[in-house]
Amino acid sequence: MFTKIGSSSAWTIAIVAFTLFIGGAPAVAAEITGAGATFPYPIYAKWAEAYKAKTGNKLNYQSIGSGGGIRQIQNKTVDFGASDMPLKPEELEKIGLLQFPTVVGGDIPVVNLSGIKPGELKLTGPVLADIYLGKIKKWNSQGIASLNPGVKLPDQDITVVHRSDGSGTTFIWVNYLSKVSQEWKDKVGEGTSVNWPVGVGGKGNEGVASYVQRIKGAIGYVEYAYALQNRLTHTLVKNRDGSFVAPNIESFKAAAAGAQWDKAPGMYLILTDQPGKNSWPISGATFILVYKMQEKADRAKEVLKFFDWAYIDGDKLAQDLDYVPLPDSVVKLIQSSWKSQIKDVSGKPVW
Amino acid sequence: MSAVFNEMQGPAPAAPAGAMSRAIPHANLRKQYRLDLLFRHATRFFAFLVLALLGGILVSLFVGSLPSIRAFGLGFLVSAEWNPVTEKFGALVPIVGTLTTSAIALLIGIPVSFGIALFLTELSPVWLRRPLGTAIELLAAIPSIIYGMWGLFVFAPVFSTHVQPLLTKTLGSVPLIGALFQGPPMGIGVLTAGIILAVMVIPFIASVMRDVFEIVPDVLKESAYALGSTTWEVVWNVVLPYTKVGVVGGVMLGLGRALGETMAVTFVIGNAHQLSASIMDPGNSIASALANEFTEAVGDLYLSALIELGLLLFVITFIVLALSKLLLLRLARFEGQKT
Repeated sequence: MFTKIGSSSAWTIAIVAFTLFIGGAPAVAAEITGAGATFPYPIYAKWAEAYKAKTGNKLNYQSIGSGGGIRQIQNKTVDFGASDMPLKPEELEKIGLLQFPTVVGGDIPVVNLSGIKPGELKLTGPVLADIYLGKIKKWNSQGIASLNPGVKLPDQDITVVHRSDGSGTTFIWVNYLSKVSQEWKDKVGEGTSVNWPVGVGGKGNEGVASYVQRIKGAIGYVEYAYALQNRLTHTLVKNRDGSFVAPNIESFKAAAAGAQWDKAPGMYLILTDQPGKNSWPISGATFILVYKMQEKADRAKEVLKFFDWAYIDGDKLAQDLDYVPLPDSVVKLIQSSWKSQIKDVSGKPVW
Repeated sequence: MSAVFNEMQGPAPAAPAGAMSRAIPHANLRKQYRLDLLFRHATRFFAFLVLALLGGILVSLFVGSLPSIRAFGLGFLVSAEWNPVTEKFGALVPIVGTLTTSAIALLIGIPVSFGIALFLTELSPVWLRRPLGTAIELLAAIPSIIYGMWGLFVFAPVFSTHVQPLLTKTLGSVPLIGALFQGPPMGIGVLTAGIILAVMVIPFIASVMRDVFEIVPDVLKESAYALGSTTWEVVWNVVLPYTKVGVVGGVMLGLGRALGETMAVTFVIGNAHQLSASIMDPGNSIASALANEFTEAVGDLYLSALIELGLLLFVITFIVLALSKLLLLRLARFEGQKT
């Protein structure tokens, strides 16, 4: 294990060294560092590339996982941390961090059932919770069949697939199940990894996806972009307003739009089970963590400049990679929180 | 050490000891003595460095797992609960998974390796020995993640559709061991992980066995053949007793790999923290739990529990090595009684 960590950090160093070497950036260009969540890594990398082409400023983002990101920012080894699971307002207060969302994504239930087309099967939150609790064991059981009149469901055992590694994707999933099922909340609860009552664990989205594709009668959950790119059989899920919605950019946008960020202290808001006729119920944002009191104000300013640019010019890049950009109203809110909360040592606002 | 000294004296090989000290100038001798001393200390330093590293790893693992040891005590070893939400951790499932997969690997790996080594040293035509031997050694060079991917994408589907239903139908109804082969055929689970591990340890064990079988003096084997022994009798009664230290060493090498294997196991074991009687069901191993959960472990107790798992793997490996040494000692004692 330790050699694994050693080699991966050695790789990171090698890659960083290599990019420094081929980059040959002018000495004046600022370089900011961040570490954390793996889920938004593709878009942060894409943004960093475009940002560097435009301004010459570099961003080094290490996708070491949300837990690692939180540890790194606490140790102040990076300029910003990134986490898929928002920190609770009291935790933020304790460490002195400000948190803000960047992009929205979501989880998609995917199944492996012969004869079922993508988007054909309808499920509800409570049914998903019962499946993941191991209470619904067969595909043709009453709970699923009553939602799907006219669909021929096989008399097959359900194999539940979940993530084996801790993950923001899992956090969004179990947060949703906790919201729709009291029993789930009491028995299992929520977190980036939980004590799964049943099922097999796959490592990463690709692990879950390949297990679902291999095992007949399997159900799993993967991140939206992943389901899309791998053409997995997704299901419809009933949202809070009672309509069955399909996962797509529009339904994610609807979930993000309905959210009341201004009423969430510390921007602690998880976009699951949001109101709105078209909103996808299992959505979630990914977050950035920065210190409110900045010892190095110029670096903090570079960090904020980067995200400011990303909010304004990065939307298209995000959509190309199947992430959902935040609505402009939320961006305004974030920028005003920068102004009012991030200060340098003398108490002057950084932004 | 003495070999090095001899080499340094190279220029005057034939001179007797007394004559040499007169022949070589005093300063030169002192220089050689100093170099020798330096060399000796350097080698000693490196030898002790390994020991210090080992101790350092052990201490850091222990310090890292202190919070978890304080919180759970010995209950950590017997609790099957692994709940990151309530921060209650127990290592029973990964320990059982690690031991079971390794046992399955050895159960399959040792006989197959023995057969391979026997064929290569005794039965194979001479022209076939080299290519076959090289092929087996090449198997050892394949990165473990390749085995994992092969296991998941190629082996597991075949295993689940053809082998598992058969096993459940036949062995599943046998009393006592029947429960081991129950459960839905998923192709992913403890048994699959054990079989993949067997494939991975076979090249290690087989090549060590072949190497030690080859050093058995021909005189011994030919004497046995001359007495009318069959090939099997020669191998079982002459070759194996003569090479048992090497054979046990090879098996331990394989076991060491099986216990600590991470990626290949993670792919196929199912990564579920559930204790099950059936080896068809998904489980977890220590190494794969670490690989899966280390990066996203939020909270000190969670991290500490994972480090304690690492410490346990260390301890298990140590116990296994100690047992193998004991086994060899016992074997040696029997020898003493015979003669």
